[in-house]
Amino acid sequence: MASMDPEIAKTQEERKKMEQQLASLTSVTFDTDLYGGNNPFEGYEQSIPVNDEEENFDAMDSEVARKLASYTAPKSILKDMPRGVDEDESMGFKKPSRIIDREDEYRRRRLNRVISPERHDAFASGDKTPDVSVRTYADVMREEALKREKEDTLRLIAKKKKEEEERKASEGGEEKEREPAANAASQQTQKRRNRWDQSQDENNAKKVKTSQSDWDMPDSTPGIGRWDATPTPGRVGDATPSLSRRNRWDETPTPGRLADSDATPAGGGVTPGATPAGMTWDATPKLAGLATPTPKRQRSRWDETPATMGSATPMAGATPAAAYTPGVTPVGGVELATPTPGAINLRGAITPEQYNLLRWEKDIEERNRPLTDEELDAMFPQEGYKILEPPPSYVPIRTPARKLLATPTPLGTPLYSIPEENRGQQFDVPKELPGGLPFMKPEDYQYFGALLNEEEEEELTAEEQKERKIMKLLLKVKNGTPPQRKTALRQLTDKAREFGAGPLFNRILPLLMQPTLEDQERHLLVKVIDRVLYKLDELVRPYVHKILVVIEPLLIDEDYYARVEGREIISNLSKAAGLATMIAAMRPDIDNIDEYVRNTTARAFSVVASALGIPALLPFLKAVCQSKKSWQARHTGIKIVQQIAILIGCAVLPHLRSLVEIIEHGLNDENQKVRTITALSLAALAEAAAPYGIESFDSVLKPLWKGIRSHRGKVLAAFLKAIGFIIPLMDAIYASYYTKEVMIILIREFQSPDEEMKKIVLKVVKQCVSTEGVEAEYIRTDILPEFFRNFWVRRMALDRRNYRQLVETTVEIANKVGVADIVGRIVEDLKDESEPYRRMVMETIEKVVANLGASDIDARLEELLIDGILYAFQEQTSDDANVMLNGFGAVVNALGQRVKPYLPQICGTIKWRLNNKSAKVRQQAADLISRIAVVMKQCQEEQLMGHLGVVLYEYLGEEYPEVLGSILGALKAIVNVIGMTKMTPPIKDLLPRLTPILKNRHEKVQENCIDLVGRIADRGAEFVPAREWMRICFELLEMLKAHKKGIRRATVNTFGYIAKAIGPQDVLATLLNNLKVQERQNRVCTTVAIAIVAETCSPFTVLPALMNEYRVPELNVQNGVLKSLSFLFEYIGEMGKDYIYAVTPLLEDALMDRDLVHRQTAASAVKHMALGVAGLGCEDALVHLLNYVWPNIFETSPHVINAVMEAIEGMRVALGAAVVLNYCLQGLFHPARKVREVYWKIYNSLYIGAQDALVAAYPVLEDEEHNVFSRPELTMFI
Amino acid sequence: MQASDRFNINSQLEHLQAKYVGTGHADLNRFEWAVNIQRDSYASYVGHYPMLAYFAIAENESIGRERYNFMQKMLLPCGPPPEREDD
Repeated sequence: MASMDPEIAKTQEERKKMEQQLASLTSVTFDTDLYGGNNPFEGYEQSIPVNDEEENFDAMDSEVARKLASYTAPKSILKDMPRGVDEDESMGFKKPSRIIDREDEYRRRRLNRVISPERHDAFASGDKTPDVSVRTYADVMREEALKREKEDTLRLIAKKKKEEEERKASEGGEEKEREPAANAASQQTQKRRNRWDQSQDENNAKKVKTSQSDWDMPDSTPGIGRWDATPTPGRVGDATPSLSRRNRWDETPTPGRLADSDATPAGGGVTPGATPAGMTWDATPKLAGLATPTPKRQRSRWDETPATMGSATPMAGATPAAAYTPGVTPVGGVELATPTPGAINLRGAITPEQYNLLRWEKDIEERNRPLTDEELDAMFPQEGYKILEPPPSYVPIRTPARKLLATPTPLGTPLYSIPEENRGQQFDVPKELPGGLPFMKPEDYQYFGALLNEEEEEELTAEEQKERKIMKLLLKVKNGTPPQRKTALRQLTDKAREFGAGPLFNRILPLLMQPTLEDQERHLLVKVIDRVLYKLDELVRPYVHKILVVIEPLLIDEDYYARVEGREIISNLSKAAGLATMIAAMRPDIDNIDEYVRNTTARAFSVVASALGIPALLPFLKAVCQSKKSWQARHTGIKIVQQIAILIGCAVLPHLRSLVEIIEHGLNDENQKVRTITALSLAALAEAAAPYGIESFDSVLKPLWKGIRSHRGKVLAAFLKAIGFIIPLMDAIYASYYTKEVMIILIREFQSPDEEMKKIVLKVVKQCVSTEGVEAEYIRTDILPEFFRNFWVRRMALDRRNYRQLVETTVEIANKVGVADIVGRIVEDLKDESEPYRRMVMETIEKVVANLGASDIDARLEELLIDGILYAFQEQTSDDANVMLNGFGAVVNALGQRVKPYLPQICGTIKWRLNNKSAKVRQQAADLISRIAVVMKQCQEEQLMGHLGVVLYEYLGEEYPEVLGSILGALKAIVNVIGMTKMTPPIKDLLPRLTPILKNRHEKVQENCIDLVGRIADRGAEFVPAREWMRICFELLEMLKAHKKGIRRATVNTFGYIAKAIGPQDVLATLLNNLKVQERQNRVCTTVAIAIVAETCSPFTVLPALMNEYRVPELNVQNGVLKSLSFLFEYIGEMGKDYIYAVTPLLEDALMDRDLVHRQTAASAVKHMALGVAGLGCEDALVHLLNYVWPNIFETSPHVINAVMEAIEGMRVALGAAVVLNYCLQGLFHPARKVREVYWKIYNSLYIGAQDALVAAYPVLEDEEHNVFSRPELTMFI
Repeated sequence: MQASDRFNINSQLEHLQAKYVGTGHADLNRFEWAVNIQRDSYASYVGHYPMLAYFAIAENESIGRERYNFMQKMLLPCGPPPEREDD
């Protein structure tokens, strides 16, 4: 970004410096492939852009748009087109996509987060003081405060360092040169993160001296809480325990606190926890732990260290922690001997097997580690070869297992120990899983490995069996077949409370943090959480933060559905846990040092607000936004307001004033980030509230106005954005006044080189101009000259977003000042030498002319315009978005008859281009014909059109399907406007040429061809011999297989036209034969076609043959006949009264058939029949049919029962509610509940359909001793 | 109910039906149903002005009185609910 704020620049500078220093402190060789270079963030935006609105950069959109380039249909329809049709996906071959592959660096930061252990649930324990071992809100807050403080101190140190350096620099000299060189050299081989097992060389001395020893971590790796008892496998960073774990400021370990100090063998080295005290974990080894290389293995290496040291001699020197540790503090151990069950769960010991495995893996890894450049240099000769750059597409392998293991473990060189033998284990071969479990992927072993062990289930404790069970179910959900998945999901849901929240989430959540997770898997796991949440309800409270850590990243996922899913979970979570718990869980994250955490937390909070209501959250928000302690808290608080506005839209209106009040002071905040976000939030609020709520913004107008005068750069952009959204809410007078005020600044900023600023300025201009009170004259004189001078330049066409914004703004201005002004200014640019620029001009002209017509355009301008568009159209080299084509069409259509003089020239161009070598050009020429055909007709250029028709006819041999489709479309357009009789070439020549084209399988060709054929069949069937039509009928049957509904529909209609033209018999015979085919879609379409033929040629021509066909003893045929009847009666409506008696015997038979589908289809035929003949005196037949329908009410198959219920509804309409009620009465109080249930269902739909009509028909109930049930009113008479 | 029924349109239909006051279910007893019938009847009378006029003439009351009476009768239209023997 060109005008980066100095403050940000400074911070970045500091960070870089810090990293450099850090790098010089540690010297461990590490694999740069795996860990990335020195600065993995290089080339990425380090902050979120000011313009916070989501770029709806829908890649799909443009792709589809391109594919449908020549389809003319409203955007909405094109968008609705099922994208799934795209090749593989529809075939079910969609490649599974890993989430991590499409994530950017920022989003990947989710893997840095820790699934924190459960927290104290204040509600559950009532007034009791929480046990010291549990983690309370206070603990968490304290940790956060410490982290922040550390961060601050680090910054101070860095600052001091910098000052010192500067001072040195000013002293000048060679010193300066030496140092960075040394830094740079060491940087190459070093890792950002601090290692506690770094080699103890001279750096150590330096380290002590610089007093950065234990907490110099750059903020890009947020310090890991000491509580990461369940870290996730992907988090390599954590596997290396950071030295900052335990802060030395932490209170002195009192006996009471020891319970948690043990959990975190502190790297700081002064706490006793890191000592062999931890060995007590080993003292109580758990059985399950022994058997299972479960996620437990994934726990922080910290936990493993003591185990190692317990078995081996403490490796003095290898671990500074050990070296610094004063000694054993047995107290901790004693405390630990009886850990709480929860503690066991989380802190299970490393088992000997795990240890062996680890050691073995490490050993292998050590030998197989990638060679560094230096090593390679040493091995190879100096010359005789060339070092090639890795191709840009190369991505180093990122298997988590490797990554994890590549981390130097604290074990040092392994000492030999005699491995324990376990014949049950085979590590190399993926084993057949017992008990029908699904296939396990290699990544899954670390989670589900335990399932491979064939130890006896009985040996396990109940607790472990439960865990096994959960694991099995989860594996089934994750990797199983759909039925497996379904049952597993149901079991998990049903038994959720039995399993308990802890075990469930401890299994599910780490899976979600798995780096190799795929979309589908994530979706399924999220679904599990959702269902489980619902069941667990308040039991989830201690796990809220854990869940949030894994779910929050979904809120910023690029996939829309993931975002929705994330919202849903958080919303359900907040309903289950309650506001207090949610706030307690998320409060500490609000001023987290990591921007990523704050960002996601803000979004999550907005979801909470929408779930629990804004009023509930207001007091909290108020407090946060006014936080004095940290600007981060204020920033996040205000951002929450912004997210709320974005999320719930106009529903903010009732709370608008309070929301604005909460954040308004942020406009004058001392921190500029806070000022910026405040302005952005105001913009979001105003946008959400539009067009109401201006009164709520009264209080911020002044600071905003002051702000735009005093600020520059990013902040100014944000302020302008806020104003841009507020002005449209104002009354006309104010809007005009404020527009003039702000316009001065805007015009000044027209020249800003900053892209972000440009976009915002354009947007604000658009908003200002579109408000009511701004007059055209003002715009014309004050804005236009500067606007065109600064924005209508070639450079603007190069950036897609600028382009779009500029076009929009110009169109908006044109709406105010008229066509002539705008078009007159840019028309010359249609001949500009830059094609993107020409395109931008064309698009603007198209939109302006389409909006406002061309009546403003005078003769001279008209000439220029036509000249310009012809030039631009001919000169285009690539036009994916059809801008030129659309522009041409729009202008010609707007000018109407005025185009007549230019038509010969245009047609000449078209003809010439139809003969072009490039397919694209030919296609565009043909498309252009279909655009301007109507205007040509208006100009009475029929001869010209006939000529074009002949030319197009000659090109029907076109081999590119896209082009052929367009040519057919053009022919169709010509036929449509000049009619069948005048068409040249004559229809009788044209149609036979189309018949073979019907065989073409390309969708676009099919669609245009069938449209054209259908058109001819409709209007000019008599020009073509019947034999030709029959031939076409056979071709049409194939078209019924088309994927696209439009094609199938056009085909079916064409059958109707053809039948009308040549009589139904032959067509019907063809169609009835087609009922025998296997393919369902084909049969369904055939039945529809039969029904349409019957409708167009009167049912009596079709029914006999159709009913005769029912005698064929074949399921498909009979069902087809029934379905045709159903469609037929649907289409003919009340004409059905003449045919109902004829088909009743057939339906009788069908309704008594054994086959369910017979009865279902017959029932739906009865429904349509009943609805059609209601009130036409066919009650006798209908009652007869109802008697056959009624016994089917006990069917359980959903389709059948639906059809039956609808038939009964139809009967209600045709026969009246009273008749159906009489059928109902027999079962409402039946002794069998199953019967009663069905009857009450029918009664209810009857009641809802015709409540009033039932009053007269209710049965007379006998009075009882206390109760009177009679309705005497009904017996009154005069 | 089968597992497959749980999420299909029929279950939604029943849910929808259950939202209306006068609808019934398999456990509805005679009294409850009768109360619904009575209330529906009175509501219908009140809703159809010609009916109301007819009753008014038959009972020699004003139309407004009739309407009032019918509305009053909607409270406990069949008298007190019977004692439940099961609980």
